[in-house]
Amino acid sequence: MTKRLLITLTAAVLLGGVAAGYTALSGATPENTARSVPTGAGPRLMVLSNGKLSTVSRSDPAGSREVTAQSCDRAYAAAGTISCLRPVGALKAGELAVLDTGLREVRTVPLTGFPNRTRVSASGRMVAWTLFVDGHSYAANGFSTSTGILDTRTGALVTSLEEFAVEGVPQRPVDTNYWGVTFTADDNRFYATMSTGGHRYLLEGDFAARTVKPLTDLDDVECPSLSPDGTRIAYKKAVDGDPQKGWRVSVLDLASRKITELAETRSVDDQPAWVDDRTVAYGIQRDDGLNDVWAVPADGSGTPVVLVPEASSPASIS
Amino acid sequence: MYLSTLDKPRTANWKGLSGNVFALGTVSLITDVSSEMVAAILPLYLVIGLQLSPAAYGLIDGVYTGATTLLRLAGGYVADRTNRRKAVAGFGYGLSAVAKLGLLAAGNSLTALGLVITADRAGKGLRTAPRDALITLSTPDGDLGRAFGVHRAMDGIGAFAGPLVAMAVLAASAQSFDAVFVVSSCIAAFGVLVLVLYVRDRPEPLERKEPLKLALLKDPAVRRIVLAASLLGLVTIGDGFVYLLLQKREGLAFGWFPLLAVGTSLVYLLLAAPLGALADRVGRLKVMLAGYGALTVVYLLLHGPLGGWPLLVLVVLLYGVFYACTDGVLMALAGPVLPERLRTTGIALIQSGQALAYLGSSVLFGLAWQFWSPEAATRIAAVAVVCALITTAALLGRRR
Repeated sequence: MTKRLLITLTAAVLLGGVAAGYTALSGATPENTARSVPTGAGPRLMVLSNGKLSTVSRSDPAGSREVTAQSCDRAYAAAGTISCLRPVGALKAGELAVLDTGLREVRTVPLTGFPNRTRVSASGRMVAWTLFVDGHSYAANGFSTSTGILDTRTGALVTSLEEFAVEGVPQRPVDTNYWGVTFTADDNRFYATMSTGGHRYLLEGDFAARTVKPLTDLDDVECPSLSPDGTRIAYKKAVDGDPQKGWRVSVLDLASRKITELAETRSVDDQPAWVDDRTVAYGIQRDDGLNDVWAVPADGSGTPVVLVPEASSPASIS
Repeated sequence: MYLSTLDKPRTANWKGLSGNVFALGTVSLITDVSSEMVAAILPLYLVIGLQLSPAAYGLIDGVYTGATTLLRLAGGYVADRTNRRKAVAGFGYGLSAVAKLGLLAAGNSLTALGLVITADRAGKGLRTAPRDALITLSTPDGDLGRAFGVHRAMDGIGAFAGPLVAMAVLAASAQSFDAVFVVSSCIAAFGVLVLVLYVRDRPEPLERKEPLKLALLKDPAVRRIVLAASLLGLVTIGDGFVYLLLQKREGLAFGWFPLLAVGTSLVYLLLAAPLGALADRVGRLKVMLAGYGALTVVYLLLHGPLGGWPLLVLVVLLYGVFYACTDGVLMALAGPVLPERLRTTGIALIQSGQALAYLGSSVLFGLAWQFWSPEAATRIAAVAVVCALITTAALLGRRR
């Protein structure tokens, strides 16, 4: 009996020690953790590495990486403003955190849903996000999304684009969903995707006027991303108009309405990001579940190459 | 029957229960802390940590649970055949403990994750029936409700504490999923040790009276209870659906999601023992049917007149009552009907029938939700429970 008790106690102490030790070690912050997203040290790319905000040099993106302790499910950055969609915690809902380059919180917005897209306007003033509220894939039917916009200068917050009036349509159809905002240079007009009645239109929005206008001649435009020069939109185009067949990264020239399919032939389910005016980047998930950031020329030429291995959510920062 | 337990006096206090029941309860408590802490974070780990689509997670979860049903039956049969229930249960507990470490090793490989989760479910499938059979064999028939009540209460404490321990580990380890897996594995290993050291199998050889295998289903009483259990399983929709509907209706933040399960576990663990004792006194069937009555009310409330906090509290309360009235009580109801020689097999059969039916019900409910509406689906479910309740009363009430 005493022997049995002794074994039990010894085992409890040993196993407890292993459990506590491992937990404590995991909790210790690694020494080489970066405390900020460096700016001014030449052009860089911000990505998520294993869910942590990180930066790499644009000239050597596969090279050394500065990893911070900041966890995000999706992230984007421009002109010193970082938007980070924080993961859902065990007891905590997800949230949007707007951070400065020192990773200090400028503003947080509580959100309910699974983080999906986020963008910051080129000036760093406007922040947008998209969450899945119901369902989790753009390929399935019956999903619903929630897309919001925050003006960091005035503090104006639109929690759902569904609050906006739809131009050219007397009443907003009930099956409407919005996702994938991209801002123009004036920090007021923006583009996004509007799905209704089985179509996925490019929409043009006006933040101040609180209106959106679907461009019904531009169907199958999802997750638009405006080029830095404002002339073209990179987006994912459903193959044969059927999202279940996957998406082809394409570029739309806004003036001529000409559509160019890029050299990436695999299905891309991401909002593309422009590295510069000639290159588009996007994440692709590997078979083992990890993502790589790929890049491909924006004019349809060339071949896709891995830009940043084992990373997602690319954003070009300088 | 020749139950050797029959000569044990029936006692009115908790001390009357065999030490084996408490030992098994302790093992279940420890193991449930371990498994529930992983269960609480696994969806997040797969969906957010590994960016797996929730549909793929659902598939992993559903298919692997279903696939281990056969193993459960085989385990039950082996335990009976060799008369070594403790060994089979111990193997099941051990397998799950190793699987927790496997999650760590599997990394991002979907195939490896699938295998590890299968091993974990297989362990759970293997251990449940021999464990419940040991409880019935260590307890006089008249005290079975109480014995299962106490066991399920201890089990419930583990299920209640698991998610909280997981959160504590996540907080202390800077959100490291790996740390949760390591801690879970250590706790599970300790559970196995307690089983090995403190749980006694029934050493005395049982008479070999009944022919094995199919003889079980030839007994009309056994057939009726398996049928009733499967029928009740078929009208029970998954916890996930109930919590999801509550979450949608009340617009709860995702973070509150695990708390619905924690609240239900709390009610369950508090009521399991008293309701088990009540079942011994007033009749197990009555208590079990009352539990399904509570379930009917839960389904009706999901789209009923109440809203806000009263709705959440009432649903969690009634849902806990449902579990406390039914889970252990069904086993207590079934135990005496099953011949000792085949008790583990019989329990495995009932649990498998229920588990398979439950899998079917989730699919059917999902379809009803999609093609009609959540309102219609829950109301159909409520009507189905009432029908199953009446059928069960007719099937099992006849025995007396």
